[in-house]
Amino acid sequence: MTETRSLPTRYVTHPGELKTSSGRSLRTDEMIINMGPQHPSTHGVLRLEVVLDGEIVVDVIPHIGYLHRCFEKHAEHMTNYQQVIPYCDRMDYLSSMNNDWAYALAVERMLKIEVPPRVETIRVIMAELQRIASHLIAVGTYGIDMGAFTPFLWAFRDRERILDLFEMTCGARLLYNYIWIGGLSHDLPPGFVEKAKAFCTYFKPNMKELNDLLSYNEIFVKRTAHVGVLPADVAINYGVSGPTLRASGVNWDLRRDDPYGIYDKFEWEVQVGKGERGTTGDCWDRYIVKIREMEQSVRIIEQALAALPEGNVQAAIPKRIRPDSAEIYVRTETARGELGFYVVSDGTASPYRLKARAPAFVNLSVLPKISRGCLLGDLVAIVGSIDIVLGEVDR
Amino acid sequence: MTAEEIHKNLQARFGDAIVEAKLDAPQSFLVLDPKRMKEVCLFLRDEESLQFDFCSCVSGVDYKEGKLGAIYHLASMVHKHKIVLKAFCTVENPHIQSVASVWGGADWHEREAYDLLGIIFDEHPDLRRILLPYDWEGYPLRKDYKVPEFYNGMKVPY
Repeated sequence: MTETRSLPTRYVTHPGELKTSSGRSLRTDEMIINMGPQHPSTHGVLRLEVVLDGEIVVDVIPHIGYLHRCFEKHAEHMTNYQQVIPYCDRMDYLSSMNNDWAYALAVERMLKIEVPPRVETIRVIMAELQRIASHLIAVGTYGIDMGAFTPFLWAFRDRERILDLFEMTCGARLLYNYIWIGGLSHDLPPGFVEKAKAFCTYFKPNMKELNDLLSYNEIFVKRTAHVGVLPADVAINYGVSGPTLRASGVNWDLRRDDPYGIYDKFEWEVQVGKGERGTTGDCWDRYIVKIREMEQSVRIIEQALAALPEGNVQAAIPKRIRPDSAEIYVRTETARGELGFYVVSDGTASPYRLKARAPAFVNLSVLPKISRGCLLGDLVAIVGSIDIVLGEVDR
Repeated sequence: MTAEEIHKNLQARFGDAIVEAKLDAPQSFLVLDPKRMKEVCLFLRDEESLQFDFCSCVSGVDYKEGKLGAIYHLASMVHKHKIVLKAFCTVENPHIQSVASVWGGADWHEREAYDLLGIIFDEHPDLRRILLPYDWEGYPLRKDYKVPEFYNGMKVPY
């Protein structure tokens, strides 16, 4: 593959003085335009205040908060700890299972509850299915951003199968309230294991199709390679996490590096960006890491389904959860990165303070840093590649 | 490195900038002087044996009775150890030195703590509201917060 752009991606700025044929000066100024809040490529209600010099982005100022639903304030006013879980669902509405797990885990660690092995395995299965579903949306909508419509439909077709699995498990397709403190709301329905296995078999060849259609598509590669390069040191300094961090070549995954659940029992590999088509940490790397993570998730699901133990799906927990005055910060790896819950308890029945460290919130904060000097069209590519969910950014 | 070693290391270098250390809690924490956050954090980030390169989270907390706090959860990707820092201030004088210049990730977290709890982070490059509208009055996550009846002439339904 030939490199189409010299590095680093910087463009010659517009000459300050243009003249018409009659010699009159056409002075050029910087222009400020709004991208969003209702722009299709901002993936939700996000407003980007873009300072432009011609077509070159001089600065980007993200304005967020359009979807702020006072999650943390609500959590303080619940009558018990369990009631927070449906609100966690609605933070990152594309990976609700992962959110629920993170919160449940935080409270469980606070109460020192061990959950039964069957619960641990089912949680891994659900979280990885959810990761695939979420990455499929990220990849599909990214295709749309780059002008490719078909991959979007293909991705949604496959995601639909995962949502069917979730629906037969807990009745909901998007907001599950399935992972509870100390266990699950109920056991897997009969036939789930077979259907999930069938999904894995069905899904694997589809990944190849998706790669042929989009990942290595010449037009797509040219739009995304060398664009929006996020160097590893900047990514770490900004607290960027998840696929966005790994695409910058940082081998870091909380499932392995700050273990929770039973991920250490399975064989899988952390995927990192290597700059195969462009520079390490460019938009294409951020895209391909998601594709490869889906393959790894399928691997984990297959192993977990094969080793699903029998048993209870609810640990013995006190009827009224009242942790002693304590505080805890627990972090987990969701589809977008490090989701942390900082829970402060004062010994009453609801959290004294609950702070959600949302991965998309932090990942978005690096946007101005990596998009200065790019073209306006590339800004769309960069925003899409960071894979934000505004429900989580604003909470 | 354990929390005790980190504490000793910092105490030797910064003395009374480390106000308190609680090392027996499940997640041990150090309480720092709110005016000397930056120098301690720079040391935590750059010292070879510590290398806290990752600022996970900054949370503001209202402890009632006029006490506010900012809690920093730090982690090192190199050494895989963690530490929690706390800095306290009062409602009358809610100033804590910003560490946004140490970790870029702290920038938005500190803006959020300012937005929702009214903690003013000195030397922050761009301290303005982030989640709420720019003309919102009050700090909703304070425990004594009252929901206003009107916002810009519109009734606030609750």
